Amino acid sequence: MIGSQQSESSSGYADIFIGIAILAGISLVIAWATHQSHGLPETGGISLAYGKLPLYAAYSWLRMAVAYVISLAFTMVYAYYAAYNKRAEKILIPLLDILQSIPILSFLPVVLLAFIGLFPHSHLGVNLASIILIFTGQVWNMVFALYHGLITIPRDLRESALSLQLTPWQRFRTLELPFSMGGLVWNSMMSWSGGWFFLMAAEMFSLGHHQYQLQGLGSYLQTAANQGRWGKEVLGLAALIAVIVAMDQLVWRPLLAWSDKFKMEMVEGEVQFHSAVLVMLRRSRIVGWLQTAVLIPVVEAVDGFFGVGIPQWRARSTWIGSLTGLLRTLITAAVIFALFTALEGGIRLAASLNLQTVLIVSLATGATLLRVVASLAISVAWTVPVGVWIGLNPRYAKSLTPISQIAASVPATALFPGLVALLFVLGGGLTIASVLLMVLGTQWYILFNVIAGASAIPEDLKEAARMFGLKGSHIWRTLILPAIFPYLITGIITAGGGAWNASIVAEYVSFRDHIYTTFGVGALIAKDSTDGHFAALLLATSVLSLTVVIINRLVWRPLYRQATDRYSLS
Amino acid sequence: MTTTEPERTGSLLKILGVTKMYSQPDNYDILVLDDINLAVERGQFVALLGPSGSGKSTLLRIVTGLSEPSFGTVLYRGRPVSGPNPHASMVFQSFALYPWLTVQQNVELGLTAKGIGLAARREKAIRLIDLIGLNGYEDAFPKELSGGMRQRVGFARALAVDPELLCMDEPFSALDFLTAENLRSELLDLWIDAKIPLQAILMVTHGIEEAVYMADRIIILSKNPARIAEDLAISLPYPRNRKSAEFVQLVDLVYKIVTGSDEDQKARPIQLGPQHKNIQTPEGERARLSPIPYGHLSMLTGLLELVSDRGGRDDLYRLGAELLLEVDDLLPVTDTAELFHLAQVDEGDLILTEQGRRFADVDVAERKNIIRRELIAIPIFRLIERVLASKSNHAMALDFFLDILEEHFSKEQAERQLMLAINWARFADLFHYDTDTELLYLADDQIDDAEVIENGTGRDHSERIE
Repeated sequence: MIGSQQSESSSGYADIFIGIAILAGISLVIAWATHQSHGLPETGGISLAYGKLPLYAAYSWLRMAVAYVISLAFTMVYAYYAAYNKRAEKILIPLLDILQSIPILSFLPVVLLAFIGLFPHSHLGVNLASIILIFTGQVWNMVFALYHGLITIPRDLRESALSLQLTPWQRFRTLELPFSMGGLVWNSMMSWSGGWFFLMAAEMFSLGHHQYQLQGLGSYLQTAANQGRWGKEVLGLAALIAVIVAMDQLVWRPLLAWSDKFKMEMVEGEVQFHSAVLVMLRRSRIVGWLQTAVLIPVVEAVDGFFGVGIPQWRARSTWIGSLTGLLRTLITAAVIFALFTALEGGIRLAASLNLQTVLIVSLATGATLLRVVASLAISVAWTVPVGVWIGLNPRYAKSLTPISQIAASVPATALFPGLVALLFVLGGGLTIASVLLMVLGTQWYILFNVIAGASAIPEDLKEAARMFGLKGSHIWRTLILPAIFPYLITGIITAGGGAWNASIVAEYVSFRDHIYTTFGVGALIAKDSTDGHFAALLLATSVLSLTVVIINRLVWRPLYRQATDRYSLS
Repeated sequence: MTTTEPERTGSLLKILGVTKMYSQPDNYDILVLDDINLAVERGQFVALLGPSGSGKSTLLRIVTGLSEPSFGTVLYRGRPVSGPNPHASMVFQSFALYPWLTVQQNVELGLTAKGIGLAARREKAIRLIDLIGLNGYEDAFPKELSGGMRQRVGFARALAVDPELLCMDEPFSALDFLTAENLRSELLDLWIDAKIPLQAILMVTHGIEEAVYMADRIIILSKNPARIAEDLAISLPYPRNRKSAEFVQLVDLVYKIVTGSDEDQKARPIQLGPQHKNIQTPEGERARLSPIPYGHLSMLTGLLELVSDRGGRDDLYRLGAELLLEVDDLLPVTDTAELFHLAQVDEGDLILTEQGRRFADVDVAERKNIIRRELIAIPIFRLIERVLASKSNHAMALDFFLDILEEHFSKEQAERQLMLAINWARFADLFHYDTDTELLYLADDQIDDAEVIENGTGRDHSERIE
């Protein structure tokens, strides 16, 4: 649904501009990375003591929280600008579309080096790098949610806000934000769980023989696996699951249940989120007191501060307007200058490339592509029959859902160290192991979507199939496959993104002080970062991003459109 | 609010030469409102009546300042309206309540915007909630209320800001019959007994009975583009009795004007307003593309059978009332009947033609034949047929025809027109459409028919140009 919308708004010019901007952005980061000093701070070892675990969990959580707050602030600004400025929208929305399909994790080594170079001799750089990675991994769909909310506000609600003379601030708090709340909360939850994936990878990543490990759950898992302490490994995972489940029960579920009241539907919906925590909060006297004694007066004061009535706002806006105009010009100039210098550096780097490097990068991208396809094929092969079976048997679905939800909530990257250790013990190189690692990161998305699709097949269609005596492959071809098709495609698109992201951590693995690699673009990126081959690095990241964007445009988007047009059952 | 001292002289509201056009790519603008002039005096309850798509809602939005006219001005108490008019308040067809706010908060919304303090706001909202008969529901959310109650909240919210002019956009048409009736009479009581400090009411409606029942002045708008067709004073005393002879007579009169004014429109060539630039191609083809009415063929068949059983002539107003159809639902069907030469509307009566009587009698296959013959004579079908016949593979992309239609209609209308045309063509077996490939095409048995048409009209066309 969102996919088709973006393609219409993107024009040829915008795409060219965006391509250049992204290229410049990449070379900017790489240019930073080139300036990194030697003598990087090696972080102290990770202690596997039980007592340290809560502290590590708190560190990890804090990184997530900081990244989320930054994402939320960015979302407000970006989505507002895109929704209300027609010219900005033409650039910002296609840009968003591309940024959210680029495998962010492939930038991990580069970003890490760049930030270590920026803040030498301190942990700040590594911390910032992990936060930036989480931010870039989670912000885009939140922006889309708010933007989509803002542009789909029904005309009559907008008009009533206008005719009641609400100020822009009042419009924001009574109309725009509430209307977008459902999508924003849901996507925040998705982003948060996606964030764990990046955080785990960032916390446990090592380049060459340097350990930049941040103290956190990711590094704890990595260390435990390296030392073969399986008990600790399981304990670390348990701590991670505990944090995730706690966040889900104490924050996301209450928020989801609360955001139900912002749904536009005028009848009670079928699916309702229920949260005991929210009911408790709502009945609590303290919360009630806070609401009347603190919240309402504050809102009233803010209402007063932001002025009353549109005419006043307009009168004041003349000097505000000229000020913002000046500011905007300055920012635009700065951005253009930065892009230009970065691009110029990038071009100089690119000039030093030779044919051999280009060939290697292309082959490596091809190898990784094959791995991604293989992992998707394996995932589809087992999840479709299983998912359909579960979906068509609601009794099993009920009892299996909580278990599979918890299984899926564990970020795949958290399982990597343990799995790598296991695979090396069992024998078999990284070539096979990397595909398995990718499968691990992708299968859940597909499974859940297939279950959802199969359980959504209307009873009457099933009955009609039974009446006509459809059996075996016939019933699959005429009913089940078409019915789950849109869900399957949605699942595969998400899973594909996950697989590309996983490539870097799956192809470049450090285990017991050894670096294991297999031929692929992920490994290439990691190796080029450590060896300082920045021209090759620029090429590899650009080619990887371009490949993913092209595949999305040419394969997934048309398929998705066909799925929603043709096979949608609603 | 206090800055402008109310002027006691002159009209409350003056609409001067208001024209509204929606610009299209290629400079083919769509004219919606054409030179509307109207003055509303204090104490008037004015109903704006017209078929759907006649731009009456657009006019209401221009009056309240929610939308700007392309030409002309709106004067409120002698001052031009720019931006939302603080003295006017709006009631929406869809209620436009904020689902996340309680009844109380919804009613307070306009007061909040005026910066009125918490206590005063509460008190005022509660007073209005009482007045509108919703006491006890202050803490309810809109989704917990029935449709009628929701519209009561809509009224309370609009009245809370003490407006002088109440603008209502089809306020009762989303409600069921009894609820609407109940709410209508209650609003009238408030208005007539002056329980609310309103100076005038402006109501957009497509219900003829509703307009005659409530308003003391009815402005009838014509369609494509909207012009004022009639300005009727209704002097019946309140409360009005729907069964009284005068009432029925008035409704009948308005019915005749509404169906008749539509007749005038059809006789005229396509409305390309005087402001239209850039008509480079010869008049012939372009000027003949007028919209086809959105009539359901199954409803058409049913209606014709019914009228045929009653001797081939029936009163439209009575038919509408019997079938529980508003004139708005009925008109597209009668328009379609006229387009196919199956019936004609005269003095508010629907009269079957010779062909119409035959249509009602014959079987489905023959009906399809009749419709096919009629379709071939309609420009939009002739155009499609001719393009398909001239292609070697007898197929053409949907987008091609959409592009052509978009030069005559808005984007949405072009799409709706083409989809309707495809629907009719499928019924009459004129051409096919494949949803997957988005191609219109001729099947083998359709090709011969099409070539005849092509030759025939091709000659016809060249003669016209010369």
